[in-house]
Amino acid sequence: MPRVALTPEAADVLRGLRAEHGDLMFHQSGGCCDGSAPMCYLAGEFRTGGSDVHLGDLAVDEFVIPVWMSASQFEYWSHTHLTIDVVPGRGSGFSLEAPLGIRFLVRSRLLSDEEL
Amino acid sequence: MARYAAPGQPDSVVTFRDRYDHFIGGEYVPPARGQYFANPTPVTGEDFTEIARGTAEDVERALDAAHGAARAWGKTSVAERANILNKIADRVEANLEMLAVAETWDNGKAVRETLAADLPLAIDHFRYFAGAIRAQEGGISQIDEDLVAYHLHEPLGVVAQIIPWNFPILMAVWKLAPALAAGNAVVLKPAEQTPASIHVLNELIADLLPPGVLNIVNGFGVEAGKPLASSRRVAKVAFTGETTTGRLIMQYASENIIPVTLELGGKSPNVFFGDVASQRDSFYDKALEGFAMFALNQGEVCTCPSRALVQSDIYDSFMGDAVERTRAIKQGHPLDTETMIGAQASNDQLEKILSYIDIGKQEGARILTGGERADLGGELSGGYYVTPTIFEGDNKMRIFQEEIFGPVVSVTRFADYDDAMKTANDTLYGLGAGVWSRDGSVAYRAGRDIQAGRVWVNNYHAYPAHAAFGGYKQSGIGRENHRMMLDHYQQTKNLLVSYSQNAQGFF
Repeated sequence: MPRVALTPEAADVLRGLRAEHGDLMFHQSGGCCDGSAPMCYLAGEFRTGGSDVHLGDLAVDEFVIPVWMSASQFEYWSHTHLTIDVVPGRGSGFSLEAPLGIRFLVRSRLLSDEEL
Repeated sequence: MARYAAPGQPDSVVTFRDRYDHFIGGEYVPPARGQYFANPTPVTGEDFTEIARGTAEDVERALDAAHGAARAWGKTSVAERANILNKIADRVEANLEMLAVAETWDNGKAVRETLAADLPLAIDHFRYFAGAIRAQEGGISQIDEDLVAYHLHEPLGVVAQIIPWNFPILMAVWKLAPALAAGNAVVLKPAEQTPASIHVLNELIADLLPPGVLNIVNGFGVEAGKPLASSRRVAKVAFTGETTTGRLIMQYASENIIPVTLELGGKSPNVFFGDVASQRDSFYDKALEGFAMFALNQGEVCTCPSRALVQSDIYDSFMGDAVERTRAIKQGHPLDTETMIGAQASNDQLEKILSYIDIGKQEGARILTGGERADLGGELSGGYYVTPTIFEGDNKMRIFQEEIFGPVVSVTRFADYDDAMKTANDTLYGLGAGVWSRDGSVAYRAGRDIQAGRVWVNNYHAYPAHAAFGGYKQSGIGRENHRMMLDHYQQTKNLLVSYSQNAQGFF
């Protein structure tokens, strides 16, 4: 059951980032300032482990971008579906898109009973 | 009502430069790759200056300067360092209005707050650590008749500090004052959303510090923050921000075996016990103000009281008064001295808040007031404004569990003390909390039972330098403020000295 998706605009940005940097990953952040936002890194830059949940993979053309979240945060998010979008903005954290003057953003909807 | 002239107008109290470079080794130097990025004011959304786009080369240059200065700076007497911090405080105080307007223009917050809180607190912070470092003592422990342990404080050396955008000057000073007092050299990276006001401050005080003691490298997290945080040439990283970047910084630090202090946000409960409303007196009025504190700094505070827990027996009447109090918050031009809530710091922050208001509605939470973007008209139409918003719902909803970092409070009710504590602690975070009760015993017990580093009892959002601030749970590691902060910027040197003339007896 897919929990994550992409808008076409976000997919375009990811194509550009992959061409520039290589394979990518997302980790959904929580907390302060730039938190509660998806962070885009080079694959492997952020070390996931037993305290993380693999939410799913985003397919952009022939490449795949895994999306992760901390397991404790997932307990509160598990009933929602996440769509990664992009808006004009100024950075945050060490996410790769920030220098482009844009910011990835999560849009959420409740999962239906069938999806759960 | 008075309104400060906007920067750029002839009668403004502050003039920004057209461009800010990096401050390295006591002078402004252009970025190695020659690139700059535009910096808009959240007040109108218009660009007002451009900022050097730092990269690893610039970070290395700043680290060279810091290492060149650290040893001599660390050897200065505590009196000398304290005197410099006091002079910095005096200089900032003499230019308080200018810096307050600069901060408002860079960040979007109401000038009423920068005049009354951000700058006065920053000034006091320098003075506090000027005093604290002079009063700090090491220790002498007599292990036995002839063996004495001397414990001395030594600076770490060169430290990295990554500053958030919600209080650009004050959060920089929270990190700078103890680090400098303790004798460290600093490489500081301001937030890319709010990179300008710190340079207005720096230009005021630059002549007071030896070159290389304070270095400022601007830029984006991935391009400037990452090479700084992952550098083998820093002895410590201090970061305020969110959990994923906090974890990433810990991962880098683990590679270099250096300490970190992390302040990573919260979802602070503000708990109102029923006896608060037993009288309609000044204390009740104070409690209602305490509820409305979620809108302070547009809600862009790690300790924003973004969950309100109200006891069932007073819920309806208290919330009626609380909604009225919230609707009385004046939203307007951030440079008007009567404006209580200004602009969110950036467009992406605005978008994130609106996305949370959307999921709150989807989850069935009820909006009691607000819940939308505010168009304040004229030049402010391009700015990033949100009306103060109260949601009523259940603690399991995402708006009760995630830090929205906007003027949004999620309210729920509780039956009794145990129910209140269960809900208050049902969160990933543990940075701040508020407890309101006329019963000192209840307030004390609740303050101890809530798993948070700072519990305000019968007040909220006070930040005196002499009170420790930091998180339990996923809100971070370490503390800021208070004399104990010096320990976070110092090594412990132990000299274990034998005064015996006799062999130890092993060989």
